[in-house]
Amino acid sequence: MPADGGIGASTRRREDVRFLTGKGQYTDDINIRGQAYVHFLRSDIAHGKINNIDTSDAENMPGVIRIFTSKDFEGVGGVPCGWQVTDRFGQPMQEPKHPVLAEGKVRHVGEPIAAVVAETREQARDAAEAIIVDIEELPAVIDMKAALQDGATKVHDDLTGNLCFDWGFVEENREAVDEAIRNAAHVTTLELTNNRLVANPMEPRVAIGDYDAARDEHTLYTTSQNPHVIRLLMGAFVLGIPENKLRVIAPDVGGGFGTKIFHYQEEAFCTFAAKAVNRPVKWTSSRSEAFMSDAHGRDHVTKIELALDENGKFLAVRTDTYANMGAYLSTFAPSVPTWLHGTLMAGNYTTPLVYVNVKAVFTNTVPVDAYRGAGRPEATFQLERVIDKAARELGIDPIELRRRNFIQPDQYPYATPVALEYDTGNYPATMDKLVEIADIKGFAARKAESESRGKKRGLGIAHYIEACGIAPSNLVGQLGARAGLYESATVRVNPTGGLVVMTGSHSHGQGHETTFPQVVAEMIGIDAGMVEIVHGDTANTPMGMGTYGSRSIAVGGSAIVRATEKIIAKARKIAAHLLEASDEDIELKDGQFTVKGTDKSVAWGDVCLAAYVPHNYPLEDLEPGLEETAFYDPANFVYPAGAYACEVEVDPETGKVEIMSFCAADDFGNIINPMIVEGQVHGGLAQGIGQALLEHCVYDENGQLVSGSYMDYAMPRADDLPSFVTDTSCQTPCTHNPLGVKGCGEAGAIGAPPAVVNAVVDALADMGVTHIDMPLTPARVWSAIQAAK
Amino acid sequence: MHNFDIEKPSSVSEAVAALAAEGAQALAGGQTLIPTMKQRLAAPEKLVLLSGIEELKGISASGGKLTIGAATTHAEVAADGSYPALSALAADIGDPAVRNRGTIGGSLANNDPSADYPAAVLASNAVVNTNKRAIAADDFFVGMFETALDEGEIITSVEFPLPEAASYQKIDQPASRFALVGVFVAKGANGWRVAVTGASNEGVFRWSAAEEALNGGGSLEGMAPDADGMIDDIHGSAAYRAHLVGVLTRRAVAAA
Ligand SMILES: Cc1cc2nc3c(=O)[nH]c(=O)nc-3n(C[C@H](O)[C@H](O)[C@H](O)COP(=O)(O)OP(=O)(O)OC[C@H]3O[C@@H](n4cnc5c(N)ncnc54)[C@H](O)[C@@H]3O)c2cc1C
Repeated sequence: MPADGGIGASTRRREDVRFLTGKGQYTDDINIRGQAYVHFLRSDIAHGKINNIDTSDAENMPGVIRIFTSKDFEGVGGVPCGWQVTDRFGQPMQEPKHPVLAEGKVRHVGEPIAAVVAETREQARDAAEAIIVDIEELPAVIDMKAALQDGATKVHDDLTGNLCFDWGFVEENREAVDEAIRNAAHVTTLELTNNRLVANPMEPRVAIGDYDAARDEHTLYTTSQNPHVIRLLMGAFVLGIPENKLRVIAPDVGGGFGTKIFHYQEEAFCTFAAKAVNRPVKWTSSRSEAFMSDAHGRDHVTKIELALDENGKFLAVRTDTYANMGAYLSTFAPSVPTWLHGTLMAGNYTTPLVYVNVKAVFTNTVPVDAYRGAGRPEATFQLERVIDKAARELGIDPIELRRRNFIQPDQYPYATPVALEYDTGNYPATMDKLVEIADIKGFAARKAESESRGKKRGLGIAHYIEACGIAPSNLVGQLGARAGLYESATVRVNPTGGLVVMTGSHSHGQGHETTFPQVVAEMIGIDAGMVEIVHGDTANTPMGMGTYGSRSIAVGGSAIVRATEKIIAKARKIAAHLLEASDEDIELKDGQFTVKGTDKSVAWGDVCLAAYVPHNYPLEDLEPGLEETAFYDPANFVYPAGAYACEVEVDPETGKVEIMSFCAADDFGNIINPMIVEGQVHGGLAQGIGQALLEHCVYDENGQLVSGSYMDYAMPRADDLPSFVTDTSCQTPCTHNPLGVKGCGEAGAIGAPPAVVNAVVDALADMGVTHIDMPLTPARVWSAIQAAK
Repeated sequence: MHNFDIEKPSSVSEAVAALAAEGAQALAGGQTLIPTMKQRLAAPEKLVLLSGIEELKGISASGGKLTIGAATTHAEVAADGSYPALSALAADIGDPAVRNRGTIGGSLANNDPSADYPAAVLASNAVVNTNKRAIAADDFFVGMFETALDEGEIITSVEFPLPEAASYQKIDQPASRFALVGVFVAKGANGWRVAVTGASNEGVFRWSAAEEALNGGGSLEGMAPDADGMIDDIHGSAAYRAHLVGVLTRRAVAAA
């Protein structure tokens, strides 16, 4: 292993030196000479017809450079949707235009109506307050089921209604599933909601547009998880700028959680306006704006039915989900409740028949899109909740019921009835590990002790599976993706042997600058400190798809492996030449190329130097230089899985829930940096517990955002969380990527919510409580206890 | 935030004079006023800083009374041991940054219906001293965000008679961690007083039925105030808040 840490070492995060010393370079830290500021006038009405926008007073305010409305964007495209879903009847989804600035109507609180570009931020805001907008208010469409009723107000007048699509999966199984449920010995039914969330990355979104008139070149600095995707979507679909004239830079980014995947109007606006006013134009979102303009997450209303035979074997699963799209289709919104959700409904189990119906609905709310887990938490939550309910109804221990239905270790590759083929896994092993680390045997004694203090104690189990690194591109193309899902890497070796790896992945907290060098260093046998990572700039990295869906190590890391393999293959040829041996006889170990069976060797650095100072070099056969690019398109998803246990104490008088312990036994396949993986699990668990106990984005019936600030939107804090017990010793390596890795970024957020809710329901089961919708706030828990009385 | 002028007086009388100007407002810890200004919900033309006035600061105990200067921070009250229930209350306000800046005077002048201090002041039968008078707690809190203070009147200190027994019990509003319901009970010379914050649309109030039960030797078991007029929002229904008042009062009395 490299002296400073290769694969398997808990190397400290090198990026933390700059983050922890205040030397990070975030988008808001960038200020360009002559920059102007934009303030967006946003709708405070959920739904209305814009009769008039009077900017005359505002235009004369101090510092105002120019005020833009939708009139300035005639001929400019809308913000595109990157995924087209085909409905049950073979028809494409309804796809409304998403204008940069509201056109004719406002459709959610927070939608930008006008934009003021001024010398200072405060002047822009002052002028925005002087714009007079005449809006005729229309009834707000908020409740999804009401939105689908005949005669409901339409969010988009040019669409046939508020239904975006009605998706069925697997449509051919529909009747067989109905039949199985009709004939089953036992059917457990559960109606639940998956609460709407706001991602709340620590760093709000920022965009700076810069235009170089002399070169006719645009640059956009933006808080993005995938700068190439932004360049493609904005350049090709919105502004019509060819990629050679458009550079997108996403420097240090302070958290994304999905909400920074998407292409937003503010990015297009700043790019457009920079040319229009011939000044750099900067926008920094306030936290209040973030609440009403960052894409939200989740917001599903579901009925799930699980059919079992007399022995507790799962026969069929049927679900009916209403998925909120919000007012417009955000970049990947249609994929979340469909392909990222329906395909997970087999879970870890051998259920032979599954049918998933999803009705995606337009409402007068902020667009909803992928948020840590994206579809998979929604699937896992329903499934793991209904299994728990079934266990209670049948009087079977919830761990035992899951075990009875697990896919067994000898069944891989395992084709589920919902299109996925799991390559590896060992769910009995993760469950065994959980039983051990969570001391399940000791629960009864702990419960008795809690009860002696007047507290109700509950134990909740969940076993999740997730699919990361969505792939391969040709398959996802058939499913409606309008993009490929490969990843790229260029490995550039410098003359004295140091390397620069340019990756299409993007790090916004994941620690790529530490993990990726560990892989390269291990392969070559040099110090990780010799490897530098470059990401986040379309001018300096090959076309890449970015970071989301826990894809970075599985897809981006694999691309780096492939490019490094090419480097090694070429370096071996150079070494063979230097050592006067044939390629096949050359071994690379610990940074030395050796002729097999001899002590003749040449060091990595000397080979690199020969590549760039090719005096003694096979120029007839080999180009000089040492730089290679690889694009890696995975053959399949990767399938991490894990068993989670949560123990809670509930105060039955107040409804307050306290998490006493949380244990996670995850199978992530091979692990590059255990410390970083553990950190990802912790973060995911915190977010999952946040969803389960605290977070809730609430609209009132008029479409006003009630939870529009931290005064009303509860984020998890350190003292809401227990000290986590995590274990990653169960490892079934992925069979189809070169590192044998799976993803770990979303696991916690997927597995935690059902474990927490199962625990609370377990605590209150003897009081008659069978379900409580998230978040399990004291008020909701207390109400559930009252209702059960 | 709009532009404003700043004045930093060094005595109460200078501050009172400065506050006489049109559009002037006192700034203590700024933990309420500054966020309000950032949201452009307040736009004072002049801020009169109370932080430079020594006579508004500090805590002193004598003759069974604890006197706290209006510009004393929550952290300072939390660190003082003379009135444990009050210190515990202060220690649970906001976060360390808020406690290091926010002041008792600012909290009382603001009279947020979910703030913690008003419950302590009312239950303790404290006296709010201003630059021109002494106001009994029972007269000070008028309604949500409303107090007996006149325009330009400055709280100078708060005088707490030290009780025989007291306790504050609070269930946090999950997001803001202000009181979803907070109940302060104190047993003083004239018996128990029970003050409730976070629950009522009218702001802090005394739960007289509970006081009567406590002082008349009755039981609080099963008691709860009427849910009418209780705050009903996404964090809890009026019925839940009324129920919590009962639970927390019983717990406070048990803990006092
Ligand atoms: C994140 C956060 C969390 C918080 N959590 C809690 C909580 O859990 N519980 C709680 O009770 N509070 C909480 N607060 C509010 C906090 O306690 C404030 O500090 C307090 O309400 C106001 O005090 P201040 O000194 O900051 O006043 P300022 O913000 O400076 O002033 C508030 C108002 O009082 C007036 N004023 C100030 N001093 C005087 C005076 N001496 N005489 C007359 N008028 C005066 C000002 O003119 C202004 O109108 C929180 C605040 C924040 C920001």
